[in-house]
Amino acid sequence: MKKTNTETKTNKAYSKGRVSEAKVVYWGLAWVLATAGAAFGPELLWGYGTLMTSVAVATQLALGFGMIWAFKGVLLAMDDLQRLIQLEAISLALGVGIVVGISYELLEDVKLITFEPEISHLIILIGLTYLFGLFLGNRHYR
Amino acid sequence: MKNRLKVLRAERDWTQAKLAEELDVSRQTINAIETGKFEPHLPLAFKVARLFDVLIEDVFQDEVNS
Repeated sequence: MKKTNTETKTNKAYSKGRVSEAKVVYWGLAWVLATAGAAFGPELLWGYGTLMTSVAVATQLALGFGMIWAFKGVLLAMDDLQRLIQLEAISLALGVGIVVGISYELLEDVKLITFEPEISHLIILIGLTYLFGLFLGNRHYR
Repeated sequence: MKNRLKVLRAERDWTQAKLAEELDVSRQTINAIETGKFEPHLPLAFKVARLFDVLIEDVFQDEVNS
């Protein structure tokens, strides 16, 4: 069946967004693998060799910045409202991350907790807050 | 800010999805503009005016002046 101009235009916009999202997934997967390499490689693969460890960490950093760059592409492919929803969710996640992160760190300093605060806990909190922010935004503007 | 997007769309018997396609935005964006939850930035406002072949102030009106 012949496509109308409208259908073609929509498919183009849809494809652009999908391609940007796919790029983030690829960069993200590469970054996770590089992070695993930098974390476990020194002990399991190259016996804490300084050069290899430095290369692994540099690679992990480079892929991390690549992932950020790819996410910027996703934001640019969005329309104004979608970008606003992202901005509100990211702001909420950043704010909660900073406020709760500092309090969490303080808990150990003032001996209210006996274990050392883990950065992974903070990352999980930021991730969950971001998802919650997206949920709130989509519900508000639906 | 008030807008006549819903009226202009109804005059052409377009659905929100159809208008969203024409403007290259999500249907959610069209609905949010029509219900007054979201005010579009200038490029999208101009695009709306161009699509309906009207002046931008024929679509969007500042409530202070109305």
